[in-house]
Amino acid sequence: MTFKSKLGGALLAAVMSTTALQGAFAADDTIKIGVLHSLSGTMAISETTLKDVMLMLIAEQNKKGGVLGKKLEAVVVDPASDWPLFAEKARQLISKDKVAAVFGCWTSSSRKSVLPVFEELNSILFYPVQYEGEESSRNIFYTGAAPNQQAIPAVDYLAKEEGVKRWVLAGTDYVYPQTTNKILKAYLMSKGVAESDIMINYTPFGHSDWQTIVSDIKKFGSAGKKTAVVSTINGDANVPFYKELGNQGIKAEDIPVVAFSVGEEELAGLDTKPLVGHLAAWNYFQSVDADVNAEFIKEWKAFTKNDKRVTNDPMEAAYIGFNAWVKAVEAAGTTNTDAVLDSIIGVSVPNLSGGTSTVMPNHHITKPVLIGEIQADGQFDIVQETAPVVGDEWSDYLPDSKNLISDWRKPMSCGNFNVASGKCGGKGS
Amino acid sequence: MTSKVPFRVLQSLGLLLCLMFSFAAPSHAQSSVGTDPKPLFDQLAKADFAEAEKLIGQLAATGDARLVPALNAFSEGDLYFRKSDSLVFIGKVAGSSYELTDPVTGASAGQAAKNAVTKIKINNSLRRVIRSAMGGLTLMSPDRGVRLQAADAVLRSPSAENLELLETAISKETDGEVKARMVEARAVSLLSSDRSIDEKRAAIQTIKNYGGRNAIGILMGASASLDPSLKGDVDAAIASIESGQRLWDVGQNVWYGVSLGSVLLLAAIGLAITFGVMGIINMAHGEMVMLGAYSTFVVQQVIRDHAPGLFDWSLAIALPVAFLVTGAVGLVIERGVIRFLYGRPLETLLATWGVSLILQQTIRSLFGPTNQEVGNPSWMSGSFPVGGMTITWNRMWIIAFSLSIFVALLVVMKKSSFGLNMRAVTQNRRMASSMGIRTPWVDAFTFALGSGIAGIAGVALSQIDNVSPNLGQSYIIDSFMVVVFGGVGNLWGTLVGALSLGVLNKFLEPSVGAVLGKILVLVLIILFIQKRPRGLFALKGRAVEA
Repeated sequence: MTFKSKLGGALLAAVMSTTALQGAFAADDTIKIGVLHSLSGTMAISETTLKDVMLMLIAEQNKKGGVLGKKLEAVVVDPASDWPLFAEKARQLISKDKVAAVFGCWTSSSRKSVLPVFEELNSILFYPVQYEGEESSRNIFYTGAAPNQQAIPAVDYLAKEEGVKRWVLAGTDYVYPQTTNKILKAYLMSKGVAESDIMINYTPFGHSDWQTIVSDIKKFGSAGKKTAVVSTINGDANVPFYKELGNQGIKAEDIPVVAFSVGEEELAGLDTKPLVGHLAAWNYFQSVDADVNAEFIKEWKAFTKNDKRVTNDPMEAAYIGFNAWVKAVEAAGTTNTDAVLDSIIGVSVPNLSGGTSTVMPNHHITKPVLIGEIQADGQFDIVQETAPVVGDEWSDYLPDSKNLISDWRKPMSCGNFNVASGKCGGKGS
Repeated sequence: MTSKVPFRVLQSLGLLLCLMFSFAAPSHAQSSVGTDPKPLFDQLAKADFAEAEKLIGQLAATGDARLVPALNAFSEGDLYFRKSDSLVFIGKVAGSSYELTDPVTGASAGQAAKNAVTKIKINNSLRRVIRSAMGGLTLMSPDRGVRLQAADAVLRSPSAENLELLETAISKETDGEVKARMVEARAVSLLSSDRSIDEKRAAIQTIKNYGGRNAIGILMGASASLDPSLKGDVDAAIASIESGQRLWDVGQNVWYGVSLGSVLLLAAIGLAITFGVMGIINMAHGEMVMLGAYSTFVVQQVIRDHAPGLFDWSLAIALPVAFLVTGAVGLVIERGVIRFLYGRPLETLLATWGVSLILQQTIRSLFGPTNQEVGNPSWMSGSFPVGGMTITWNRMWIIAFSLSIFVALLVVMKKSSFGLNMRAVTQNRRMASSMGIRTPWVDAFTFALGSGIAGIAGVALSQIDNVSPNLGQSYIIDSFMVVVFGGVGNLWGTLVGALSLGVLNKFLEPSVGAVLGKILVLVLIILFIQKRPRGLFALKGRAVEA
């Protein structure tokens, strides 16, 4: 009963916050939490799910009695896949709605857009998506994977288990694939792969005609060395890419594709028969065999009232981020930003793969890396799981950033400390 | 519900294999070493990937064709071990439990609850090993198709162990095509064996005659481990294959270009009517394509639920449905919005843009923001070789389809009375009106026709692109580009414009990349429009001033 009315309240608040009426709803006995995910436009396909997860987590927490004796209240806004609008909506959440923390963003562009707002207004953002690294902010917690928690272990797996010697790095033309491929190229070359054995290819957003590129990959793969594709192709463009691979007869046994942006949710809109055996690297798969995961999936299906809904990695990242925040607030005894920033470092919460994740001083978390093969039912068969890995914000394989570390504990409190010069300063400075 | 289809295919495949090998078994009896394979299977329960690879090698060495169904099940991920006694079985899902069968004899071993068995892990490298082992085991199957598949499997994952099997199979083979494939497979397997240099030299010649990209890959892969005296032969063979391949590559590129062009044509042809003929800047055109794709999705859902046997016909059924749905939506838009805005292009642009947003969000609310799964009928999957080119079936059908739509539309425009009225109204509205033509009616139905054609295009595009609310947005710019480039108001211009843009794009792409290629095409179009503002095929005469 209370759950229902609270949920109703949250939804009502969500609706109202987009109108001018929301001021009337402000109540002192609740803690407000901002949810900043696109509900319309191109990114709605991925971000709507995360909004639902946040509403579910908040409802669950309220069932347990809320936080610090107060109920939580979600304030949902729709930045409509428009990067400048993200900054505007973030400002509205922090200054007008006075939220205690914000959970949101998907693309790096949207995160970069809100970063100055969070630093200026001193609030907290939990960012739940895998990203390219090379960033550390006092006010942002990166609960998704950094490149060393996803890309590098995946490449290691292919080199070791599949004996891959030749690499195609295919990606969509924007910051995440560009940076990840730069790191991967440096990493592969440090492992003795010749430059002629690496092919890098970029395509525009929403690219749908993959004929030439797939046949180029085929050509590149016919040099007598085992070849694999490392795909940072973004969301939607993957579907026609895989279709073309299947139609041109490239099987996973011949040229496996390991993808960093293809999860259960993306596969749900796809005929997965031709994809069996292609790989993905994440920190969580729905097929993880753990009690906490089974419970989470059950709750999710009940919450969405849809037995076919799947869970995916960014959902786990949101789950970890939310629980870490709750624990930090309870430890600090207040939702005050500075107090929470201090208390959250070192907080350990259970993750969905059966272990625990700890918030590190660099505002990244520890989690295991899982490699999965796509199965005919759209789920992943986990073929490898590593020990928990600490997210590395400044890559060790890029000359600009290998000397940088980030530690937000006092007295250092620096996001880009240069260990060579012993000074806190940006890249190259 | 969707998983039923592959499962049933698997089941019948397994059954087929079982049947076949109950006949094939006697001919294999002599090659059996006499090891009992069952304990080997049971060891899989506790084996890691490397150990499993060894076990499969041992299983293959028994030469026992009864193992094929079990190996097949293993590569499909259907092999399980029972937790209570670590015995390995083939498991098929039956409701909430598994139907277990013995991997060697195929005898039923009862049922087991889902949590009482554990799936034996499989990865790509194991699948490769299994493929090669199965190839060896099925080379002498009585079924021609299975033998051909076996020869292909050995060809793709050659191993010296299969060499003797291949030679026996070749000596017994009577079918020409299968024999040729086996000879190729033998040549490839021979390169990695310890046979004499002369035999290897002959094998290199065989592979050279086989030709194609794969042959280059095989030769390059083998060259490292071959005797240095053979290096000259390998290099000569590679050079010869490559020179033969070069012309085919150009042909392949033209094909890709035509295929991209046909997609552009499909997307643009509806717009060629609403924008080209009627002069409406129709920003909701992409959403009509999207509605067509969603109609296909709905039709397929209904077919899956009620008549799964009709699935291969789903696209044919979806065509009229999509045409009617989008035509009706187009009619409503014309009657409800556009007719008040004739002669005011800016307002039309904004109004149709608004309509497009409304349609997108409606679909998003009805079906959700995620992609919907539209299946490919079996006749649209896979590819076939033409010389050194690979032609994929779906692209071929789309080219055929878009050309037939083009012809059909041309016939409607030039030969039907509706087409005559349509042309009369667009050329001189007042004159047409005074001749007794109901111009508002013609306007409405012309717009509905253009929308309906966009819907039909959506049916075809659902086969190669994502079916999501954003589908239309990715085509709207390209569509306008094609129509403007080809010449507004001219259907032939749209055809030539689409095909030349497609080919141009595909010739730029390999050298400058997809991103820069697209930019260059846009720059070229801007320059072209500067020179010829009315496009490739400009309308001449009085219609221009109208």
